[in-house]
Amino acid sequence: MIRVQARIEQSTLMKIASPLLAIFLTLIFGSVLFSAIGKDPLQAMQVLLIAPLSDMYNIGEMFVKMGPLLLCAVGLSLCYRANLWNIGAEGQLLMGALGGSTAALAFIDSSSVLALPITLICGVVSGMLWAAIPTYLKLKFNSNLILTTIMFNYIALYLLLWAVHGPLRDPEGYGFPESALFSDITTLPILFDEGRIHLGVIFAIFAAIGAWVLLNKSHIGFQIRVFGEDEPAARYAGFNGKKISWIVMLFAGALAGLAGVAEVTGPIGQLIPSVSPGYGYSAIIVAYLGRLHPLGALLSATFMAVLYMGGDLAQIEIGVPTAVVGMFQGVLLFFLLACDFFIRYRVSFITNNNPIQE
Amino acid sequence: MTISSDHTDYRIELRNITKQYPGCLANDAINLSLQPGEIHALLGENGAGKSTLVKTIYGVVSPDKGELLWDGDIVQIKSPSDARDLGIGMVFQHFSLFETLTVTENIELCLSKKQLSSIDNLADKITELSKIYGLDVDPSRYIHSLSIGERQRVEILRCLVQSVKLLILDEPTSVLTPQEVSSLFVVLKKLSNEGCSILFISHKLHEVTEICQKATILRGGKVISTCSPQDESPSSIAKMMVGDLADQDAGYSKKEGQQIILEAKDFTLPTKQPFGTSLKQVNFSLKAGEILGIAGVAGNGQDELMAAISGEDGRSVDNMLFLNQQDIGAFDAGERRKLGMANVPEERLGRGAVPEMTLSENTLLTQSKDFVSNGMVNWKKVQTYAQSLIKDYKVKCHGEFSEAKSLSGGNLQKFIMGREIGQNPIVLICAHPTWGVDVGAALSIHQSLLELRDKGAAILLVSEDIDELFLLADRIGSICDGYLSPIVKTDETDIEQIGLWMAGSFISDSQETVL
Amino acid sequence: MDAELLSQVLFAAIKTGTPLLLIALGEVICEKSGVLNLGQEGMMLMGAVVGFLAAYSSGSVGLGVIGAIIIGMFMSLIFAFLVLHLGANQVATGLALTIFGTGLSAFVGSGVVGQTVQGFQPLIIPVLSDIPFIGHILFTHDLLVYLSFVLAALVSYVATKTRIGLIIKAVGENPHAANAIGIKVLRVRYCAVMFGGAMAGLSGAYMSLVYTPMWIENMTSGRGWIALALVVFASWRVGRIMLGAYLFGLASIMHLVLQGMGWNISPNLLAMLPYVATVVVMVIISADHFKEKLLAPRSLGKPFDPRQMA
Repeated sequence: MIRVQARIEQSTLMKIASPLLAIFLTLIFGSVLFSAIGKDPLQAMQVLLIAPLSDMYNIGEMFVKMGPLLLCAVGLSLCYRANLWNIGAEGQLLMGALGGSTAALAFIDSSSVLALPITLICGVVSGMLWAAIPTYLKLKFNSNLILTTIMFNYIALYLLLWAVHGPLRDPEGYGFPESALFSDITTLPILFDEGRIHLGVIFAIFAAIGAWVLLNKSHIGFQIRVFGEDEPAARYAGFNGKKISWIVMLFAGALAGLAGVAEVTGPIGQLIPSVSPGYGYSAIIVAYLGRLHPLGALLSATFMAVLYMGGDLAQIEIGVPTAVVGMFQGVLLFFLLACDFFIRYRVSFITNNNPIQE
Repeated sequence: MTISSDHTDYRIELRNITKQYPGCLANDAINLSLQPGEIHALLGENGAGKSTLVKTIYGVVSPDKGELLWDGDIVQIKSPSDARDLGIGMVFQHFSLFETLTVTENIELCLSKKQLSSIDNLADKITELSKIYGLDVDPSRYIHSLSIGERQRVEILRCLVQSVKLLILDEPTSVLTPQEVSSLFVVLKKLSNEGCSILFISHKLHEVTEICQKATILRGGKVISTCSPQDESPSSIAKMMVGDLADQDAGYSKKEGQQIILEAKDFTLPTKQPFGTSLKQVNFSLKAGEILGIAGVAGNGQDELMAAISGEDGRSVDNMLFLNQQDIGAFDAGERRKLGMANVPEERLGRGAVPEMTLSENTLLTQSKDFVSNGMVNWKKVQTYAQSLIKDYKVKCHGEFSEAKSLSGGNLQKFIMGREIGQNPIVLICAHPTWGVDVGAALSIHQSLLELRDKGAAILLVSEDIDELFLLADRIGSICDGYLSPIVKTDETDIEQIGLWMAGSFISDSQETVL
Repeated sequence: MDAELLSQVLFAAIKTGTPLLLIALGEVICEKSGVLNLGQEGMMLMGAVVGFLAAYSSGSVGLGVIGAIIIGMFMSLIFAFLVLHLGANQVATGLALTIFGTGLSAFVGSGVVGQTVQGFQPLIIPVLSDIPFIGHILFTHDLLVYLSFVLAALVSYVATKTRIGLIIKAVGENPHAANAIGIKVLRVRYCAVMFGGAMAGLSGAYMSLVYTPMWIENMTSGRGWIALALVVFASWRVGRIMLGAYLFGLASIMHLVLQGMGWNISPNLLAMLPYVATVVVMVIISADHFKEKLLAPRSLGKPFDPRQMA
């Protein structure tokens, strides 16, 4: 007989083991799925997870994908820690890309050393602005943050589409919905000779470390955690909820905006309609898989980047649609949420000689 | 499993009922029996297993072991509807009513389709029953518009609608004014005369001796004794309830306060919560070196008053609240804390302490000035201080890394009390400090409060436990429907007077027409 | 604007509002029982793709609708199990459901992108459709639109007039009290969540079998989310959900109207309209926080675990 008991304290072991278990279960699910559609599961797994790490070029590409995922996920981790359901990283990223592109196009003939910093700042500020509006609406009018941030994702997408079809379209681009290529002065420096690893990746890693220090060592970080775990206690302690909301949301918006501007000034080099393959949404999974812990996000962003790379390779090599990545992400989050049950509950098998049973 | 009983005259008989919860044996081989028409008290401290036992009878909790006999036959009660089919009714401590539904709808939800079809018009039936038993309630009203006493009547009526043979009441008197208690007892005696058995949970001994024929005393999940309350004295029963720890609070000396520290002048604030209570022209002045007690039935504005004083309410007010003559109405809770205000809230877990944070982290919750420099936390120092709190206030736990939720209510309360007192507050506001706490912890909490008072702090104490207020408070008043009564010296009043105030006798017509 | 154009516009508003109405009818029951399912978008997409695949392979739109309803219920069952049995966070699980549904629908539908089926045909109701003006607006639709009228009436009746409605309301209001008087809280919530899933599936089928009879990735473009806002907008009342759905339908077709009237605005800017409208409406509604709190099911989004009842 199975017996489920609430634990008196949360299990620290399960907190760490749960994401690993969830990944493992997702892989099993994937293998079953691939077998079902007539693909060799071992080969599929090899393409999805091993091939992306097989050579330096692929590893570089993996880092290029990890950057924006990590930036968004670090911001979201802080938001979710504060119990602010910001689903708007995607829109904030797109606005960062749009704002940064506007600046970069203005600097297209410039040779100022300030051009790149200003471009980056424009991206960051655009992202912050896009996070600020829903935050203001929530604090001032109590509107539901989840729904407003989602709506702002759609609005940002159409703004971006409007811009690339209209004002920012390259006049010499034969009518394609793309901006002109940015000049070198507003392009992020490449770190290694080979591949496309750019400065944005370093930003992301620093952001994760900085967020970790903020959350675990600073008083404001403590306030964020209390606010998220137990709002009545935060109010009781006299923490300023509005200040915390603003800090966290603007921080997340800034990081997502940075991710966006780093994409257009880094690997892409111009503004295009498909700036983001859903990084902002995937970052939700990355944040969760990393236990809403900035350093955990570092590991989970790496994993997710591998999965993205694998998805691309899988389409080319074994003819599986890239959509498989999105599905895996959903399954992964399901398994994670299910495994988290064991953080709070102990499941034991009871034999008949237990005195309570009889 | 078909053992017939020798005592077929029992309405209900429990044999060896055992229930294990994680980390606690709530009921350990409990035997209990009631005859028809018997009023039986179930006594015990908080955590003795009373609630678990009655929920077992009502089918909410399923026992791990043991059997239950109804009119001499073994029965399985798997759900409350099974219990109701047998004729068992229960009045819960925290009422199981739905505020956004009407009285009739609430009662309808408890009836099976069969029962419902046998009643022509439920509202008429409710009116009829309420006349017979003197339980005056309008069936078409919404629960949220009813007072606590009226809600209890709805719960009792809900049991009566289905011809009840055993009525269980879980601490029915703790939410009532003394006068309401008397009228409840009239109803219970009438039911008992009609042959309905009544199982009555309480921890107020004088009530038990007043109406119960028998009493079963639980301690630590076990039956300690079964007795006839009339043959016992309250102190002998108290000894049985708490065991060796029976050092009841002695009477404490009363003190005269000095200069006024905290003052409310015509404090008026509309409620933020649906079905909350608005505060209406509340006036009091709290002096250094005194405990000011505020009595009242739950839901009469206590929560709103505490939130308004502590600043948790979040709205700023003008010229209504003063700390040392300074208008603090515009200050938020954090700023008021910095001025020397500390707060022990009613909900320990989830407000006074974050359940899934450690005791160190919970120390930092309200005690930050010594541990934060340049915005960074010195966790080592916090841990050391948490250790000293645990030691000084005898908090039973594994250490400063224990999560708050792993502590018992009493130990967590001692921790919170210690943390708040450790800030050397000039004002401490404190709600229901010993609610749900065992006698030993209650005693030490009382002593901590008195020590703080004697050091010169001003203490505002809100409690539903009128005995506790008379024990601790130097001056006392009562809150009703958001109005605060006059404040008088505890020595110069009596429970009868405060009871009338709890029911709102001080609210004059002129006051009501103002708002 | 002449009456002819107005009648065309209102007709289109109803047609466009119908998927919102269907999904919101499911969500309102789910929320009344105290469960917030943010997976609407995912369930709707799955309903759309499965409905399309079933109709495409069998040639029967009826089978398509049934398939969509079944997949919607299945998706909601995953959600219900995680949230109700394992006590997972409702917000996170709902998001997971949307991400999963978005990915899975794109995956299973990748083979039929751009294909079309013969969708539901208009069913002009004799006599009623001859009523001047409103006859055309209300009675020249297809079967699913009429079904949505019937379902709205039915949901409204059940929610306000029946014992089932009373039980759902009680569970959403105070699950602890409901448990104490013997209502099977989890069972009620399972049923409510699965009703929501069925309606989301049906709504998806409407998209892929009626509205644009084909499958395109992400074709619901946020309707599942707008439906969530709609339920708040309507203060959990069915009549207002209907009104709201058609208003949002109107907002979604405004660009066609404006273009028809000769305005020249970028279609990308006009496409923002329903989303901007949603934000504006939410701000207006939520500003009266007190009223919203009063009307919302009181245990909405809060977990209930009978295991922890001591």
